Amino acid sequence: MPIDPFPDAEAQCTELAGLIRSRLKPGTLLVGIHSGGAWIARRLAELLPLPGEIGLIDVSFYRDDYGEKGLHPHVKPTSIPFDIENRPLILVDDVLYTGRTTRAAINELFDYGRPASVSLAVLADRGGRELPVYAEFCVWRVELDPREELILEPGADEKLRWRLEKHA
Amino acid sequence: MRNSLPPNPQIDANGALTHLLSIDGLPREIVLNILDTASSFLEVSDRDVKKVPLLRGKSVFNLFFENSTRTRTTFEIAAKRLSADVINLDVARSSTSKGETLLDTIDNLVSMHADMFVVRHVSSGAPYLIADHLNRLGRSDIHVINAGDGRHAHPTQGLLDMFTIRHYKKDFSGLRIAIVGDILHSRVARSDIRALSALGATEIRLIGPKTLLPAEMDIAGTRVFNSLREGIRDCDVVIMLRLQSERMNGALLPSAREYFNCYGLTPEVLALASPDAIVMHPGPMNRGVEIDSEVADGPQAVILNQVTFGIAIRMAVMSLLAGN
Repeated sequence: MPIDPFPDAEAQCTELAGLIRSRLKPGTLLVGIHSGGAWIARRLAELLPLPGEIGLIDVSFYRDDYGEKGLHPHVKPTSIPFDIENRPLILVDDVLYTGRTTRAAINELFDYGRPASVSLAVLADRGGRELPVYAEFCVWRVELDPREELILEPGADEKLRWRLEKHA
Repeated sequence: MRNSLPPNPQIDANGALTHLLSIDGLPREIVLNILDTASSFLEVSDRDVKKVPLLRGKSVFNLFFENSTRTRTTFEIAAKRLSADVINLDVARSSTSKGETLLDTIDNLVSMHADMFVVRHVSSGAPYLIADHLNRLGRSDIHVINAGDGRHAHPTQGLLDMFTIRHYKKDFSGLRIAIVGDILHSRVARSDIRALSALGATEIRLIGPKTLLPAEMDIAGTRVFNSLREGIRDCDVVIMLRLQSERMNGALLPSAREYFNCYGLTPEVLALASPDAIVMHPGPMNRGVEIDSEVADGPQAVILNQVTFGIAIRMAVMSLLAGN
C-alpha cells in the first residue's frame, strides 16, 4: 500500500498542536523523545501557550533491546530542565509503533519524579503495538508492512519530511 | 599458538570493543564514541535517581590486585549507576596469597557467573592475560576493563583526561599539552600520550627531570623539556603527574623540596602558560611536591571535575562493552 504523496509533516505539527490545544491542562510540560519527537516538541512549544522550555529525552539507557543490540550509537543527553513533580506531561514522538520506546521513556521520566499525568502525542500511529500504549493525540493513522520504517527528517530547508525505508 | 589470536584482543571480529585494555590500537571512532556516550551519562549523575537500568542483572567484579581507593570507588559507582551488581574482591589479601594463580581465580569467578572484570594489577599485561584467557574459553560475553596495569596503561584515566580536555577546549587541533613529572613510571602519561596522538593534538610536551623521562622510542611524536618554565610556555593544558614517594628512595630524586623548586606548579610558573590554560591531575595530589595549593585550589584547576567525568567515562565504557 504505497503512501503517495506523503502528508506534509509541518502541517501535521500544526494539526497536532490544534488537537492538544483543545484539551490542554494548565501547567503542562512537553517532553520530546530524541530525535523526531524533539523536533516536533520544539514546534509545538511555539504553537501552544506553554512556557518555552521543553524536556528532551533519549531512551537509549532504558531500551529493552540493549541485551540483543547493545547501546545505540549517537546517544544524546537527556535534559529535563524543570521539576516534573505533580505536573501534567505530554510525551512527544514522531511515530508510535510497538510502544517499546514509549515504555522506556515513561520509565526514564519516573526517575525524575512523579508527574500528575503522562499523555502521548505523535504525528503517526502505524499500528503493530506490542504493549498497552495509546496515543491520546495523533494526526495520522497508517498501516505499514513490518519491513517498512517510517522516518521523519529535516531537509536542507529545516522543514520536516517523511520518507519510507524498506528493510530486507 | 599466538598466531591464531586476533591482533588486537580488545576488538572482536565485527570491529566492536569487547575489552578495554589500552588506548593503543583503539580506532579513533571508538575513542570518540566513548567520549560522546560519556557526555550523555554525565547528566545521569545529576538526577535525583542516579541510576539507569542498562546493566541490571549483570555482575561486575572489581579485582584490585593493587590498592587504589579512588579508581575502585569510581568504577563501583559507575557500575552501580548502571544498576549492575558490584562485587569487590580484596584479592591482594585473599586467594593469591594462598597460592592460587590469577587464571584459577578468574575461572572460579566465571563459575560464579561474572559478566565483567575490572582489573588493576602491579604487573603490566595482567588484564591482557585475563582477556586472552576468556577469548580462548570462547567467553566473548565476559568483558575485561584494565584499571591500571604496572607501568603500562590506565585507559579509563586516559579517556577521562581526553573528555576533560574536550569539555573545556572543544577541539584537539591547535592544542599544546604539557605532561609534567614522573613520565617514566606513569601509566597515566602513557595512556594520555596515545590518546592525544589518536585525537590529533598539535603538540605534546613531556616535562621532567632526565631520570624520570622514558627512553626515546616510547615518546615518539612528543617534545621533551627538562625545564618546566621552558616547557610550559603557551601551553593550553597542563597535566601534572603524581610524584610517587617511593621514587625518592630509589635515588632518582634528591628531595621533595628540590623537586618542588624545579617541577612544582606554582602560580608564577602557571602564568607562563596560555592565560586560559587548564590544570589537570589524576590524583591523589601531593600538595607542595608537584603542585602548589594555590594552583590546586585555583580557578584554572579542573582536578575535581576530572573525578566527576571519570564516573561518566567508566559508565560509557561498561555500557558499550556489555552491549557488544
